[in-house]
Amino acid sequence: MRMMSGAAMVVEALKEVGVSHVFGYPGGAVLDIYDALFAQDDVKHILVRHEQGAAHMADGYARATGRTGTVLVTSGPGATNTLTGIATAYMDSVPMVVLSGQVPSMHIGEDAFQETDMVGCSRPIVKHSFLVKKTTDIPMAIAKAYYIANTGRPGPVVVDLPKDLVNVQDKHPYVFPDDVTMRSYNPTVKGHSKQITKAVACMLSAKRPVIYVGGGAIIAEADGLVTQLAEKLNAPVTCTLMGLGAFSGVHEQFVGMLGMHGLLEANKSMHNADCIVALGARFDDRVTNNVDKFCPHADIIHVDIDPASISKILKAHIPVVGSVDVVCKQFLDRMEDVDTEAQKEKLKDWWAQINEWRARKCLDYKQGAEVIKPQRVIEAVYKHTKGDAYISSDVGQHQMFAALYYPFAKPRRWINSGGLGTMGFGLPAAMGVQFAFPDACSVVITGDGSIQMNIQELSTCLQYNLPIKVISLNNRALGMVRQWQDMNYKGRHSCSYMDSMPDFVKLAEAYGHIGIQVDKLDQLDEAMERCFAEKNRLVFMDILVDQNEHVYPMQIKYGAMDDIRLSKTERT
Amino acid sequence: MRRIISVLMENAPGSLSRIAGVFSQRGYNVDSLCVAPTSDDSLSRLTIITQADDKVTEQITKQVNKLIDVLRVAELSEAPHVERELMLIKVATRTEIARAEVNRNVDIFRARILDVTAQHYTIEITGTSDKLSAFAHVMGHCADITESARTGVCSLSRGDRALRP
Ligand SMILES: Cc1ncc(C[n+]2csc(CCOP(=O)(O)OP(=O)(O)O)c2C)c(N)n1
Ligand SMILES: [Mg+2]
Repeated sequence: MRMMSGAAMVVEALKEVGVSHVFGYPGGAVLDIYDALFAQDDVKHILVRHEQGAAHMADGYARATGRTGTVLVTSGPGATNTLTGIATAYMDSVPMVVLSGQVPSMHIGEDAFQETDMVGCSRPIVKHSFLVKKTTDIPMAIAKAYYIANTGRPGPVVVDLPKDLVNVQDKHPYVFPDDVTMRSYNPTVKGHSKQITKAVACMLSAKRPVIYVGGGAIIAEADGLVTQLAEKLNAPVTCTLMGLGAFSGVHEQFVGMLGMHGLLEANKSMHNADCIVALGARFDDRVTNNVDKFCPHADIIHVDIDPASISKILKAHIPVVGSVDVVCKQFLDRMEDVDTEAQKEKLKDWWAQINEWRARKCLDYKQGAEVIKPQRVIEAVYKHTKGDAYISSDVGQHQMFAALYYPFAKPRRWINSGGLGTMGFGLPAAMGVQFAFPDACSVVITGDGSIQMNIQELSTCLQYNLPIKVISLNNRALGMVRQWQDMNYKGRHSCSYMDSMPDFVKLAEAYGHIGIQVDKLDQLDEAMERCFAEKNRLVFMDILVDQNEHVYPMQIKYGAMDDIRLSKTERT
Repeated sequence: MRRIISVLMENAPGSLSRIAGVFSQRGYNVDSLCVAPTSDDSLSRLTIITQADDKVTEQITKQVNKLIDVLRVAELSEAPHVERELMLIKVATRTEIARAEVNRNVDIFRARILDVTAQHYTIEITGTSDKLSAFAHVMGHCADITESARTGVCSLSRGDRALRP
């Protein structure tokens, strides 16, 4: 039996579960763990500039790879600084483990220096948490944390480590568990066969089916099976903001993103469908619009690994608890003798109708001669990355433009905070992606508001030579807020204008990077060319775009899926 | 509608606060909560009384079941079950007549006098929540209630239905 300190156990256990990167920031309660990290090279530690950044980096890393992201922070402020990042991961079901230092056990509850009840603070935003009580429990707590984080419906797990348990002097026997199964935790992955039978019958009898794909399909790595299912049925497919890439954005059966800023054809298809096959999607309020008017003709088949997601918002006619990949396979096994040609014949009228909606070309916009339209910037990014980049995004209009104008052909390429909508997520997330894939093109689409929420991480980018491409759609405004004020508050722009913007080019340069400003349409292509040609440097593109542009289509509040504003003057 | 939700969970630190969190965070109300280890002391059994319609009850059971420490959840009120609650009630009596009246009602309700001092009786009573409330009401008429404590409802299904690990 190996004897080692609690700090060494932490590092040893991280190696055992296969952690490649730890995103963190030191402080009193974790100095022993940092000392143990210093003594080895297997687990690479990334020193961030703010703990929120560490959490988003671990998150971006996890979304791009499917592997659990790891965060290490000190007690008190270090731990509380991660909370927004934890909540972001929780809302989007991202596997993450946060190791937080804690004051020594004997001082817990005394309001000791840098003491916060991290387990308590994080309780509503974690999948589970551990407050470790004995040094010899460390390996088991870490093993379970990683197991819980990345099985079933994934999510963040906090492991709180009191300082006395990890001190480098006291040695204890180290035993890493062979088995971490828990009697109280057994996620269901396989769909109930009766439900599968019902669902298949429903899909095959449908005349106007729609497959509605959410982030669960990406988490389950079910993109291939979803595509097979869609092709077998010849059904139209729509993806949620979280599901983009689970079904190729350039596939002819793709009708676009649905929901608040969804495409006309996607929302129309949903509203008129007679059978909706929800795969790893959760009928979020940003999708359904008014639930009382939601898809009045449809039978809903709802596949989700989390039983609590099913019938939470809308009653599912055919609930199927299981993992999207396994359940799709079960569907396909029952469809072996389905004739796709016959399906095509059956759905001919449905497709004719859908193509009529498509012909409205709801994404068209008017690009003038000089002022750059934000949509145009996204199209340029698509062109210059050949559609093959990892696109991380912040939150606001730019996020919606990115989601609508950059078709994602593969899963895990679109990294955004869909559930919590966290401004400041984009840059650190793109960094997590770049750490996971050093040779890939990692782009962040951001806004002048969002980028300033974690801009300090530009310093981390220099330290680790991350050649990220920051594409900032600078509209000198909190554009999304402004859009709502235009639409619902008679254009009263209360506090949505940003006075005294920094000089982003100089700022980028001060951090040791390249900054480029573009304010005219005719400079855009050349600047993009320059930006993406810089393979080894971070480039910050400050692109001045039309301040008055709104994101369309947009669903009309309290309406049905297909009550949509198509421009400032047109609606359905 | 009144619901009895029974939960079998790991007897581990923090489990109870997680359950309480599900209720407070989602705005579900708790009329009573009764919790103690089972005959297997690695497990705790909780009984929660709540008011909820079918949809909310389904969500409560699913959200509680989702907690990592929880092994089983059942809504006992949807099938035949037995339920009991215990109350300790301390009353002050000043006159012989009042004392006689208290004693008479203790007999009628099949309660039990646990402790007597110069001025006070402490009475134990077990039964359904309604019976306990009725008893407290009667006591209020024949004596001054000094204080009382109730355990909250504890319940099991009838027959071979059971929450097993
Ligand atoms: C942390 C945080 N605070 C506030 C908001 C509310 N909010 C949503 S979008 C937005 C404006 C974002 O501005 P910017 O990053 O410039 O993007 P734009 O909409 O202009 O493209 C705000 C304030 C949020 N989502 N996150
Ligand atoms: Mg802006």
